[in-house]
Amino acid sequence: MRFLAEVVVSLKPVVNDPQGLTVRAGLHQLGFTEVSDVRVGKHISLEMEADTEEGARRRVTEMCEKLLRNPVIEDYAIQLRVLEPR
Amino acid sequence: MKFGIAVFPGTWSDRDCARAVEVLGHSSVYLWHRDRDLQGADCVILPGGFSYGDHLRTGAVARFAPLMDSVQEFAAAGGLVIGICNGFQILCEAHLLPGALTRNASLEFRCETTWLRVETAETPFTRECRAGEVLAIPISHGEGRYVADPETLDRLDAERRVAFRYVRPDGSPAGDASPNGSMRDIAGIVNETRNVLGMMPHPERAAEAVLGGEDGMRLFRSILGSVEEAGTFAPTVTPAAVGSAPAAPGRGPISDRGGPGRRAPARRVMKETVHNAAADGQGGGGPGPAGEPGGRRRRGAAPR
Repeated sequence: MRFLAEVVVSLKPVVNDPQGLTVRAGLHQLGFTEVSDVRVGKHISLEMEADTEEGARRRVTEMCEKLLRNPVIEDYAIQLRVLEPR
Repeated sequence: MKFGIAVFPGTWSDRDCARAVEVLGHSSVYLWHRDRDLQGADCVILPGGFSYGDHLRTGAVARFAPLMDSVQEFAAAGGLVIGICNGFQILCEAHLLPGALTRNASLEFRCETTWLRVETAETPFTRECRAGEVLAIPISHGEGRYVADPETLDRLDAERRVAFRYVRPDGSPAGDASPNGSMRDIAGIVNETRNVLGMMPHPERAAEAVLGGEDGMRLFRSILGSVEEAGTFAPTVTPAAVGSAPAAPGRGPISDRGGPGRRAPARRVMKETVHNAAADGQGGGGPGPAGEPGGRRRRGAAPR
């Protein structure tokens, strides 16, 4: 089965995010004053083969642990969906 | 002695490092990222730059280069490794040093002179310095904000593993003058066994008066002193290379080398290897300094 795995890598809450602060300041300047907090992260999408969704999730988790995120400063979240056969 | 200077795609400070070694009067070889042979280097430098385009995270991809396997092995056996700028980022990604380097608090790429207070002279990299003295050494980075959890930071302080902190020119705490917002103003740290140093500032760019300062040479001289005094932990050195060199009197036997024990921890190889420029097949570079600590004078040039 083909899967699309979408990984969101974000800075841990305890890590200061100067990019997020700058984006928030920009939004406030544009009048979006309702915004109280902004965090900037990364979105990584992977197309992959796996036998089961569980198997795919296990592999992507491994990828996150080994490369996609830095455990010192980053958290990650995985979303999986089955891709229609082409 | 011989320095090995790693070259990844995107490394940009390799030649600056080779020049600093030349000023020191010693030799260096470039170590290509796809190779595994450290070519008998007594100290490995991971220089600054943007290895693999800084893709994903700084240093994240370089960590998987074949050369890094050898560097890991070399470091585990006690070999001296210094990571400068991108090299520091690689060492953190490779878990040879704790913590991580993140975007500067200013979000700017900062290229300027910084003042570093030497926090400990008890490392092979700072032994020619005095604790508390201030060195002027430039930085050149966009992602140098050192981050670690509080336990790690406490441990670094307790074990006196912070080698350098950013300070004001008079040595007082950097405060708002921090160039990148590093936690506890950390500019450089060593590992538990003190044979691996990572630092964001570039000592090789403060290696000659014409560059604006020579404070960076204090580190290179420290490394030289460490290697020459104690011998080096050079696990990859070949018996032939050592055997061709004269043994200094009083340095003890040099039979404790060779054999398959490359992974043996902290196996001291007493080094008296003299790599001169001619033996390395290189033309002589510029003249070395007139007088060197230890009274030796050699010339060395890295391949161009």
